[in-house]
Amino acid sequence: MSTSTQTDLTGRARDILGVSRLTNRALTGWLHGLPGVDQVGCEARAAGLRTRSIKADSKRWAIDLAISMIDLTTLEGADTVGKVRGLCTRALVPDPSDLTTPRPAAVCVYGDMVATAKETLGDSGIRVAAVATAFPSGRASLKVKLADTREAVAAGADEIDMVIDRGAFLAGDYLTVFDQIVAVKGACERPDGTSARLKVIMETGELVTYDNVRRASWLSMLAGGDFIKTSTGKISPAATLPVTLIMLEAVRDWRDVYGEMIGVKPAGGIRTSKDAISFLVSVNEVAGEDWLDNQWFRFGASSLLNDLILQRQRMTLGVYSGADYIADDAPSAY
Amino acid sequence: MPTFEYAPAPESRAVVDIADSYRLWIGGEWVDGRGTPFAVLNPATGEELSTVAEASEADIDAAVAAARTAYTRVWSRMSGTERGKYLFRIARIMQERSRELAVLETLDNGKPIKETRDFDVPTAAAHFFYHAGWADKLGYAGLGSDPRPHGVVGQIIPWNFPLLMLAWKIAPALACGNTVVLKPAETTPLSALLFAEICEQAELPPGVVNIVTGAGPTGQAIVDHPGIDKIAFTGSTAVGRMIARSIAGTGKKATLELGGKAANIVFDDAALDQAVEGIVGGIFFNQGQVCCAGSRLLIQENIHDDLVRRLKRRLETLRLGDPLDKNTDIGAINSAKQLERITELTEAGVAEGAERWDTGCPLPKNGFWFRPTLFTGVSQSHRIAQEEIFGPVLSVLTFRTPGEAVAKANNTPYGLSAGVWTEKGSRILWMADQLRAGVVWANTFNQFDPTSPFGGYKESGYGREGGLHGLAAYLKEGSVA
Repeated sequence: MSTSTQTDLTGRARDILGVSRLTNRALTGWLHGLPGVDQVGCEARAAGLRTRSIKADSKRWAIDLAISMIDLTTLEGADTVGKVRGLCTRALVPDPSDLTTPRPAAVCVYGDMVATAKETLGDSGIRVAAVATAFPSGRASLKVKLADTREAVAAGADEIDMVIDRGAFLAGDYLTVFDQIVAVKGACERPDGTSARLKVIMETGELVTYDNVRRASWLSMLAGGDFIKTSTGKISPAATLPVTLIMLEAVRDWRDVYGEMIGVKPAGGIRTSKDAISFLVSVNEVAGEDWLDNQWFRFGASSLLNDLILQRQRMTLGVYSGADYIADDAPSAY
Repeated sequence: MPTFEYAPAPESRAVVDIADSYRLWIGGEWVDGRGTPFAVLNPATGEELSTVAEASEADIDAAVAAARTAYTRVWSRMSGTERGKYLFRIARIMQERSRELAVLETLDNGKPIKETRDFDVPTAAAHFFYHAGWADKLGYAGLGSDPRPHGVVGQIIPWNFPLLMLAWKIAPALACGNTVVLKPAETTPLSALLFAEICEQAELPPGVVNIVTGAGPTGQAIVDHPGIDKIAFTGSTAVGRMIARSIAGTGKKATLELGGKAANIVFDDAALDQAVEGIVGGIFFNQGQVCCAGSRLLIQENIHDDLVRRLKRRLETLRLGDPLDKNTDIGAINSAKQLERITELTEAGVAEGAERWDTGCPLPKNGFWFRPTLFTGVSQSHRIAQEEIFGPVLSVLTFRTPGEAVAKANNTPYGLSAGVWTEKGSRILWMADQLRAGVVWANTFNQFDPTSPFGGYKESGYGREGGLHGLAAYLKEGSVA
């Protein structure tokens, strides 16, 4: 079944590029033909979006939307069954003091914790996302990456967060990056013919330039990524607003040209409600309101949920509560 | 599908007290004007904000006399170090009272609070800080070891950036040792009158700054007054011409910063998303009421359709409405007269066959408003490509080669500013060399800094403001060391 995915995506890429054989040279010409990004202008636009002042009802609405878009994440060597169960319980009841609080979209864990997460979340509708492909560095053979992915899917993962080979990308070997994404996409297929949704982590902190972020975004979409995602959370800087802006422009332009919607997931470093709201404002004004749905936009975060709930409680009660009033099942162990 | 409505987020108007009426500020005193007081409106609502005195010829005489006394007895004798202290103090007070200044400016001018808060007021304070630093270093400005001030300077400023234009004028004049008689525009005098309060608070010696209010005749009285050594004017080319005629043969010096019809030139290799931002900022910043606005967009023909589509999509996200709302991008037009001018020229554009498009957003019932508007299919010979509209109206033209872009950009009586968008560095340098404009922005637009000189070619005026070059406008060359 992975062969047919491979054939389909490679064929589509040939059509999009207008070539008879998909070569690295053809990919290079296509990616380098995208309009450049002016760093100063891009950062100025992001700073402008941050000045939007979201108050009252619109703030309440945005906080609930942001909560519903979280991929509640734990990705530590120290993760245990207990920790993952705690996180899943938290996802089921984000705020025991207010059961109207929406639930996050997913819980994001390493592949070996998928079964535990799946069991705790049951049929709640909260999805389980698994990082795979030798996350976070991606420095393993394709064979290992595919096995990693297949195991997570077999264990019940609804979504797979893969990493691209940044070394290959920076060396200009776009075809390798393309082929690997396509192969992982194939590995996301289940025996019943359905597929886990594939999020492609570009690790923008290692790509450094906005031109690279734009090219990696288009390459990931071409290779069949359902989501483009900024970061693993293990590299700083992680999800910045300007980087996310470039990705939002990419999915907007992709839909304009090819009619297909791709999701965006900034991950890592988004900790406050104010930050999250700035991202939502950017989604609204850059990609458009169609993306204001957890099917198309996610936050990869762990502590963000606490601040969103703190702000939500403040808006409900009219006074600030505090960390002691937020039930936290995944505090730092250190 | 849910929509993200932004709830109103208005800045409080309670931070500023507006008096029922204002007098003239002459010789450190508030004095009655001898002319006929006039009303000042909030252009966003049409309601009256206050009544302001009109300075007659006799009042100007008194103001010039006060400035002369202050010049002779105090300011010209004071060391640069001491003058600098006053300027630093003024700059700091402006920062401390920045919220008040921003709200007042928005009420009086109609521009969005996010612009007064993030641009007008901080940049005005920056001009005072910058020139405060120069006050004791004028001997190193390249004008000889001991350059001298002119004496009493008459300054007439426009309504588009009332406080910032005041800062552009007063800060260098004072740093160089001149005293001033300043007239703000008749539709926007309130921030200048608040600035008078700031001068009082800074204990600036009486008469160093005099603020007189009024319209054209008051300005004419300043220009014609024999006690004035130099005129500094920012405003329309028509008025600039009248000033130049009036002072011809009198020995008065002048700096004139006049109109513009800037070309914003986008090549096919430009960073398109940022170019769209630059185009929007270039023409819709301050509702296009900017002398250096990028009002002519020259697009390389092979990307015309794509860029216009992106531009329209972006314009649809602009929020027009209450200027005090922190989320407002487009505020009110400053006056009924200006709105009439914009309306007339856009109608001419339609009549001449250009294709008009606007966002169709709803406009508030009261006050003076105009939608962000785009004209495509514009030719060089259209009035909307030749005349300064001074409003939120962009004329889109095309070109095929760099040479054609330069020829079209320069084919205007004006020469204040221009923008070039390309990822090719060598082309930026070549274009900057070819364009006859005082400022050429590369991959950006409407960037201002006190350290950078600003001014025009041809009918856009003469003289420079800001930076080292701006000092030369307020100094006479002294002995060479």
